[in-house]
Amino acid sequence: SGDNGPVSGPSPCLRLPAVLAPTLAIHVYTHREVHGTVGSQVTLACSFWSSEWISEDVSITWLFQPESGKDTISIFHFVKGQPYVDEVGAFKNRMEWVGDPHRKDGSIIIRNLDYTDNGTFTCDVKNPPDIGGKSSQVTLYVFEKVPIRYGVVLGAVIAGVLGLVILVVVIGYLIRYCWLRRQATLQRQLSAMEKGKLQRSAKDSSKRGRQPPVLYAMLDHSRSTKSASEKKSKGGLGESRKDKK
Amino acid sequence: MLLLLLGIIVLHVAVLVLLFVSTIVSQWLIVNGRTADLWQNCSTLGVSSSFQCVTSSTNEWLQSVQAMMILSIIFSVLSLFLFFCQLFTLTKGGRFYITGIFQILAGLCVMSGAAIFTVRHTDWQPTTSDTSFGFAYILAWVAFPLAVISGVIYVILRKRE
Repeated sequence: SGDNGPVSGPSPCLRLPAVLAPTLAIHVYTHREVHGTVGSQVTLACSFWSSEWISEDVSITWLFQPESGKDTISIFHFVKGQPYVDEVGAFKNRMEWVGDPHRKDGSIIIRNLDYTDNGTFTCDVKNPPDIGGKSSQVTLYVFEKVPIRYGVVLGAVIAGVLGLVILVVVIGYLIRYCWLRRQATLQRQLSAMEKGKLQRSAKDSSKRGRQPPVLYAMLDHSRSTKSASEKKSKGGLGESRKDKK
Repeated sequence: MLLLLLGIIVLHVAVLVLLFVSTIVSQWLIVNGRTADLWQNCSTLGVSSSFQCVTSSTNEWLQSVQAMMILSIIFSVLSLFLFFCQLFTLTKGGRFYITGIFQILAGLCVMSGAAIFTVRHTDWQPTTSDTSFGFAYILAWVAFPLAVISGVIYVILRKRE
């Protein structure tokens, strides 16, 4: 109401950069540790993110600080679209540029590792006008042979033994199931034969005198197994269901 | 008989408790004031009761001992669970075979774990004249015969209505 309208002066957009400023920094990412064996090669991966478009002025630098030293030496520099690999230092003929700034990748490969390569590598990327930001460091460890990560042996032993036991139990149950089914079919066959035998003996009892012994032997066997299992269920130790309640 | 059932369950739970304590407490070795293994090496600094603990070595033999102890716990818990399952589903006169087998397996696992530790602990722990075995190690050896006895009892036990 009245003349307290909005003050129109310079456009309020000027205030926005103060909010945007924190994101105007370059972000560099590397692994924290890299392990390699003597004589082999290792890839030092470095990727970056810039809020600006990757121009031709982008520069990538790799620095190296040996484990047993305080000096940081520069070993690689990429500028104006040209990679410059160290030709005189410790990494002469051992380093190769495999990165692509337009794909935001600044990785290098170091071949023929030696124990003197133990140390910290720093990847530094500048993309004018985006030049502020933290560089990233990766520590290289050179071993005689690569140590197995902790937990591999632990997991393998547990999984192996458990798998074996489960397999044996499943096979045991399968065998028991098959055996019980065979028993059931055998019983059915026996009872069917018994019925058939009774019918045939009603018609013709004098001629088939020789067969009964075989049938009766099988029937006796099935009866004896039944009585054995009945004997087992009597007596013995155990508990009573009623007592539990 | 209710008393027998209770006794068997108490024995099984006792074995389980022994296994848990032996596995979890990191006191298999005592090297002049410091305790070591199975998971952590701890030392008391000075007179104060402050502990400083670091993770134990990543030696393959130590990992296999850890694996054996964990497996023994798994088998014992499975055995208890299977016992209650079989209690209600077993036919009259049947035996608790599966329960007993798993409990005996648990006992064998503890034994192999403790044996491997006994033989191989010098690989990652330099022995001095001051080295002695801690109580968790002794508990592991106590759990082994108890687990085997418990398993055998299950195998010869019969279910009665």
